Formats: sequence, structure tokens, C-alpha cells
Amino acid sequence: MKAKHQRLVLALLAVVAIVGAGLLAMSALKDQAAYFYTPADAKRDHVQPGQAVRLGGMVEGGSIRRAADGVTIDFTVTDGKDTVPVVFRGITPDLFKENSGVVAEGRFDASGRFVADNILAKHDERYMPPQVAGEMHKSESLETGAKVKGGRT
Amino acid sequence: MTVRGVRWLLWAPLILFLIFLILFASGLIRPSSHDIPSQMIGKPVPAFSLPEGAPGHAALSDAVFRKGQPRILNVFASWCVPCAAEAPQLLQLAQAGVPIDAIAIRDRPEDVAGFLSKWGDPYGAIGSDVDSSVQIAMGSAGVPESFVIDGKGIVRHQHIGEIRPEDVPAILAAVRNAK
Amino acid sequence: MIAELGLAALWLAAALAALQFVLGAAALTKGREALMAPVRPVALVQAGLTAIAFFCLILLFLRVDLSVALVAANDHSAKPWLYRFAGAWGNHEGSMLMWVTILGVAGGAVALFERRIDERTLVATLAAQAFIGLGFYAFLLFASNPFSRLFPVPAEGQGLNPLLQDPGLAFHPPTLYIGYVGLSVAFSFAVGALVTRDVGPAFARAMRPWVLGAWIFLTLGITAGSYWAYYELGWGGWWFWDPVENASLMPWLAATALLHSVTVLATRDGLRAWTVMLAVVAFSMSMVGTFLVRSGILTSVHAFAVDPRRGSFILALLVLYIGGALALFGLRVGTVREGSRFDAVSREGALVFNNLLLSAILGIVLVGTLYPLGAEAVTGEKLSVGPPYFNAAAGPLALILVAVMAAGPLMRWRRDDLRAVVARVALPVLLVAVALLALVLLAPPIGIFPLLGLVLAAGVAAASVAPLWKRNLRRTPLFTYGMVISHLGIAVALAGMASESAFIKETLVAARVGDTHTVGPWTIRFDGVKPVAGPNWTAIEADLTATRGDGRPYALKSQARAFWAPPTETNEAAIQTVWDGQLYVVLGKGDEEGRWQLRLWWKPFVTLIWAGGAMVAFGGFLSLVGRVRRERRSAEREAWA
Repeated sequence: MKAKHQRLVLALLAVVAIVGAGLLAMSALKDQAAYFYTPADAKRDHVQPGQAVRLGGMVEGGSIRRAADGVTIDFTVTDGKDTVPVVFRGITPDLFKENSGVVAEGRFDASGRFVADNILAKHDERYMPPQVAGEMHKSESLETGAKVKGGRT
Repeated sequence: MTVRGVRWLLWAPLILFLIFLILFASGLIRPSSHDIPSQMIGKPVPAFSLPEGAPGHAALSDAVFRKGQPRILNVFASWCVPCAAEAPQLLQLAQAGVPIDAIAIRDRPEDVAGFLSKWGDPYGAIGSDVDSSVQIAMGSAGVPESFVIDGKGIVRHQHIGEIRPEDVPAILAAVRNAK
Repeated sequence: MIAELGLAALWLAAALAALQFVLGAAALTKGREALMAPVRPVALVQAGLTAIAFFCLILLFLRVDLSVALVAANDHSAKPWLYRFAGAWGNHEGSMLMWVTILGVAGGAVALFERRIDERTLVATLAAQAFIGLGFYAFLLFASNPFSRLFPVPAEGQGLNPLLQDPGLAFHPPTLYIGYVGLSVAFSFAVGALVTRDVGPAFARAMRPWVLGAWIFLTLGITAGSYWAYYELGWGGWWFWDPVENASLMPWLAATALLHSVTVLATRDGLRAWTVMLAVVAFSMSMVGTFLVRSGILTSVHAFAVDPRRGSFILALLVLYIGGALALFGLRVGTVREGSRFDAVSREGALVFNNLLLSAILGIVLVGTLYPLGAEAVTGEKLSVGPPYFNAAAGPLALILVAVMAAGPLMRWRRDDLRAVVARVALPVLLVAVALLALVLLAPPIGIFPLLGLVLAAGVAAASVAPLWKRNLRRTPLFTYGMVISHLGIAVALAGMASESAFIKETLVAARVGDTHTVGPWTIRFDGVKPVAGPNWTAIEADLTATRGDGRPYALKSQARAFWAPPTETNEAAIQTVWDGQLYVVLGKGDEEGRWQLRLWWKPFVTLIWAGGAMVAFGGFLSLVGRVRRERRSAEREAWA
């Protein structure tokens, strides 16, 4: 190999490797990135069953039920507009409770129920999943007028 | 470098780096997801009227926020642990002369009374919001939250989460600015 | 008084750093060579002053001096002394002070020990090092003074996050910082060599111990961090591909590539521009990592105090240092003469391949970590990139890399014969084939990746000791042993990862007291729960007894802990290590019927992951000792001549 060509070949190899890695990364990202949905988003976008997603919202008050086996729970996640039933088998984090923010990782099954593999809640009493804080403030304060009329006591 | 064609490659790392920088900067400039600026700031308090939330306290309606004096509206619940943690700071604010009203979320008057006798009572009026409708109308997603509202019923400041001792000066400043 | 002394030392150190930079930069111009003389002493004094400032902060934390704001916010008199001590750097200001201290001391060490490199290059290096330091001094003194006083003095401190009260975590950040700072020295050397156009074997030999040292600490830091997440989070996993973890992995990948290319430059005078580039990339990865962790622009499972203003500051430093270095690279590297050549089939060729694979993996991790940020900036969509992506994209490349690692050390420098190479790798390949056959025939059906992992681990283990084959073991240099042990460590860790994912057993139950449950070969009896109290927490503790075939009982205690300052709950997993794996038990919540949730895992040979990591670091340590000794010996020889 000629002297000046070796550098060129090395540089081209590097470019090929980086572009290859980039393509590999992009194709994997398309399949594997878990999009974040609130219940209303999930309903609107018709998320495919089996696709890995993150579902975020608040655990609806009074919705947590324990199954007889003692390790399966189901509950409802709400974003103030829509709700999604969620089932989870495992140990819930300490901060998982009704009326608190939650992010569930998992997938929808064919019946529209969300099967969670993992439930996230931060080790901080103040924690509200940031995406949920953003979404809820967006979706709720826009409709202030309508909601207040309905909710006036 | 003897091969002219690849000279631009020497600058590729710098260009790549600049692209990443733009990404980082956009991540920083975008309102941080940890600190959502309230959609309510600058907006009027929605019209509402809530029944009395604890014995010995007046019921709460939006009219009280349009009487010319800035007030704090605290959204809390007796079942909420951080609400107890912020109680000393609310008492401190009340002692500083700031009138504080409250909305108790999904709560019962007897529970609220127990909470107040245990952790102290900084409140004027307390409204009971059994189905969270006013909370949601206020753009509040959880408890506790606190709003600084000026004398014309316009929200000037929203504090998400419990008020920690280090937050008190900022809230006092917001009250002063609302005058 | 102590606080004021610390602050004064810090200001003086900053002033000396400025002096060091100005002197160093001025000395490089023609006719001012005399200014070179004071640069080394200035660097030494600066190192001493930073050490004094850091020592003062530690003293304040040990004494719980609540009149200092930082101590009041992060210390607590009820805390055990070890965590008071570690609390000094368990916060933003303190960790920044620790960073500049390590930076200053590293600069001092360069000034004291480095004699072989051209003096002009050394002075340029020290000037670059001082310039890096200046940015952090400015940040400490103007925006995050660790010594500022508080009035009125509070009666009690505000504690430390209980999740951070852990001996592993107390020493985890310093390990990573030493690694990051080591890379900053390599970066300074690269900048110095570019400035004086002195990129060559001498520069590589000067830089190598710093790269090696940084790499050892990064390896230790990642291994320890992984084990910490494993036992502290109670989720049973050892790597989550979380942004904070990726932030420590990316500098390691770059440093690993740099370590190998710097060897090519030092021994064969090849890959000059590439090595300089990697030195810049390695340090920029540690800065990017720090930026991602501190700015909080990515959400992570690890709790960190975040502040966007700190993010902007680190970003500004990133622009200044990395942007500057890359511009210098663009300007100067064209004038770097080409190094000596080599064939594609040679040790150099294999190392180039290693470097390309490591860079590609680095790119994949970087893209995956930043993708959520980019997607939100461009399309506004919120998403997260998790283990499926990283495993699918980086996994295959990592396996190829391990295979190359097995073959590389068996090749000759400069030029090799393909047939001879094949003959040399025949034994490991044979072993791989036998292992594959044995696994397919004997083991229960397992996934393709764990299978490949186990097989490769066997082959790599055989190949990595092959360089010692037929050699006089007493005359083999220490750094060859280091390489062999590090490569063997990778094989061991790979075996642990593959075995854990292939043979793991899990049971999730709600158990009554007296119940027995099985997981894998184990039978576990739930003996009862009782409340226990620690120095600053209370807990519910479950007592369990585990037995298997040999009948020997193991007592397990798993806790759900509640801390009170600030109020937080954590799960303490009970982990029983036996020779062939670990039993991992997490206690969940109790219910009204008197049942307790228990999650039981049997993880065969999972310990090999961290044992392998420790071996990798130990191999690095042997290499470092071997290299430094040889350098010293050849320096002595030169002095004689």
C-alpha cells in the first residue's frame, strides 16, 4: 500500500464505521425507542398492541385493586381527559400511591389494557413525572372555562 | 496531508461537535421539564365557589381574591405527607402578614381539622374540593401547590410541591410584587 | 476560621493557575524561553493550595460546622462519621472543589515527574492544564462558593439523601473524578503537542501513564457503580442503560480506544492524528457526561440535584475547551507528519479495528443517550430509549470487538502472515467449537446472545492467555501480564453477563410466615418479619432461610427501610453470595391478610461480572507499574550514557 493512500484508507474506514454505526443506531432507534404517551395521546394515536411504550399520568383515586395472589395489582391511570386500565405484577415502588404521578413501562394488550413490566416513581416526595407535569398543565389549563362550569359545587 | 480530498475531514469533528452543542443548548433553553412555568400565571382565577372545608373556617369562593389585597391560595390535603412538611413555612408566611386561603382536595372536614390541630393552622378560608374540579381548573396537578394571587384575581406565581424553608423568600417577594 | 482559610487557599490557587497559564503561553513565543523556568514550581504550589482548601472543607464537614451554608444543607450531626466525611463531596459545590483539587494535584504531578518530553511541549501542556483549571476556579469562586457562611446559624443540618448513605457511593464519585481528570491530563498533553507540533512517540509515552491511570479508575468506577445500583436499587439488574450510567460508560469507551492507539503511537509511531483526536474525544466525553448529569436535561433513575444554570456553565466550558481543541486540531493536524506504515494484517491493523469498533459503540451509546433530547427539540415528541435499543445496536458490535480482542495480541507488529495468524488462533477457535457443542447438547435451550456470549467468553479466555504460551514467564514484562489479565477479565465479565441472562430464575410471591417457596435449586423458608432500627432509619426486616441440595442453611435478611431526615423509603435486598452465584431477595409490601410480597432471584455466576471488572482494572494497574518502571529504567540508562 502506498504511503499517502494508507491515511486515506484509514480515514475512509473511520467514516464508513461511523456512518455504519449511525445507520445501525437509527434503525434500532426506530424499532426500540419507547414513546411516551398519556392516556389521551394513546387513545388518539391508536398505539399498536405489543409496542413498547411508556404510559404516564396520575393513579386515579380508589382505583388500585390487589389480586388474590398478593403480587398482581390493577389500577387506572388518568391524565384528566382519558383513562387507561393497567395491570402490573411485581413490587410497586414506595411512592406508588393513589393520586400520585406514575410512569408505567410496558405495552397494550389486544383488549386495550396496559400490561406494565415496570413502574417508575422517584425517590422524592415532590416527584411528578416531568412529562406528566408538562402534559397535565398543558391539557388542563387550556380548557379552564369548560371544566369549571361542570365542576362547580 | 498529501491527499487534498480528505482535508475537510479534519474539520468534521468540530462540525459534529457544534451540532451536538446546538442540541445541548436547545435542551437547556427549553423550559426545563422539572420546572414547568405555569400556564396560569397572568390569568384570572377561574370562577368557583366551594363549601367550607373545616369547622370554624369560612367557605371559599373566587370573590375573595378580587378584594385588592394579594393572597396565597394553598392547595393541600390532610392525607398528603409533604403538605405536613410545608406547614411550618406556611405558618411563617402567615406570621409575615400574608393572608392564606386553602383548598382541601378530596378530604373530609374532620380530617382537615385533625391535620390543622396537629401541624398548625395558617389559613383564613378553606374550601372543600371533593372531586378536584377546582384544582384541575387551577392547572394544579398534585398536592401541595401554592398560588400567589394579586388583588385583582390574577395569578402571579405558582409553586409546585411543598414550600421548603429556602423557598420562603421567593414567595414573599412574589407577594410584594403582586401589590 | 477554617472556612476563611479554605477560601483564601482557593483564591490563591486560582491566581497561581492564571499565572501558570500566562507564563506558559508567553514562554512559547520566541525570545521568552526564560519564562519556562517558573512554570513547574507554580504548578506544584497550586497543587498544594487546592489540597489545603479541600482539606478545610472536609474538616468543616467532620465538625458539622453549621455556620457554613454548605455544611448546614448537607450535613447532620446524627450521621455516622464516614458519611459526614463523604458528605464533603456528596454535593455540587464540594464535588466541584474535589474536581479542582484532583486537577491541581495531577498538574503538580506532571510538573514533578515528567522529564522525558520536550520542555516546550511540557510547558504548553501545563498551560493547557491551568486553563482548564481556571474555568472551574471561576465557577467555584463566583457561582458556587463552598465556604460561604450562613446567618443565623441553624440548630441542625438538613441531612443527606439516604440513598446516598452508602459506603460504595461515598467513594464512587471520587473514583470517576480521578478518571475524568486523568483524561484531562491526556487532553492537555494532546493540546500541548499540537501547539508545539511535537506529536510522536515521546509524547505518547508521556501521555500513556495518565491514560492508563484514568482508565483504571474509570473501570473501577463503572464496576463499583454497577454493583451499587445492583444492590441498592433492589431491582435485581446490574446495568440499566440509564443516562447517568451512559455518562460514565462513554468516557470509558473513548479511554479504552485511546489506550490502545497510544500504544501504537508509543511503540510503532503510527496513528498520530487519530491518537490526538481520541485524546480530545475522551476528555470531551467526560465533560459531556458531567454536563448531562449535572444539567438534568435528561431524566434518570439516579437522584441528582440539578440546576440548569450549572448546565449552562459546563456547556460554556465545553465550547471553550473542546471547541478550541478541535479548531486547533483542524488547523494543526495537517502539519503532523505521517507515522510509520503497517499492513492490514498486523497488530496495528487489529488495534485500528478495535478502535473503529469502540468508536462505533461510543457513537451508538451517544446517539441513544441524546436521541430523546434531539427528538423533543425537532419534533416535540417525548420518548425514552431503553435497554432494547442499546442491546440490539451495541450488543453485536461488542461481541465482534471481544472476538477481535482475542485475536489481536496473537498478531505481530507491522506485518503478519494471515496463515500463521490462523494457525495461532486455532486453539481458541477449537475451544469455542467444543464449548458451543457442549452448551447446545447439555444446557437447557437459551437465547442466541447469551449462547454467543458464553462461547466467546470461553474462546477469549483461552486466547488471552495464549500470548504467554511458550514464553519464559520470568522474563515476560509486567505490562504483558497486565494485558493478559485485563483481557481475561473481559472474558470473565462476559461469562458472568451471559450466564446471568441465560440461567436466571425468578419467583414472585405473597408469602405467609412459615411458607416455603423455591427458586432454581433453592428452597426458601419465610421465618418472619420484625421491626429493626438503625442510626437514622427504621425498617421492617424479613428473616428467611435458604437451603439447597447440600442442606446447609443460609440466613437472609431483607429490609424495607424508612429514613426520617428527609423522609424516604428504600429496599435493602438480601444478597447471599455462594461460589456459583447469588441469591437476591427483595421484601415488598405487606397486605391485610398477613402476607408479604417477596421477590426471589437465583443468579448463577452473576458475581463474575464484577470480578471480571476488578480483574480488568488490576491488569491495568500491573501495566501501569510495568510501564513506569521501564520508563524509569531507560531514563536512568540515558543519564548514564
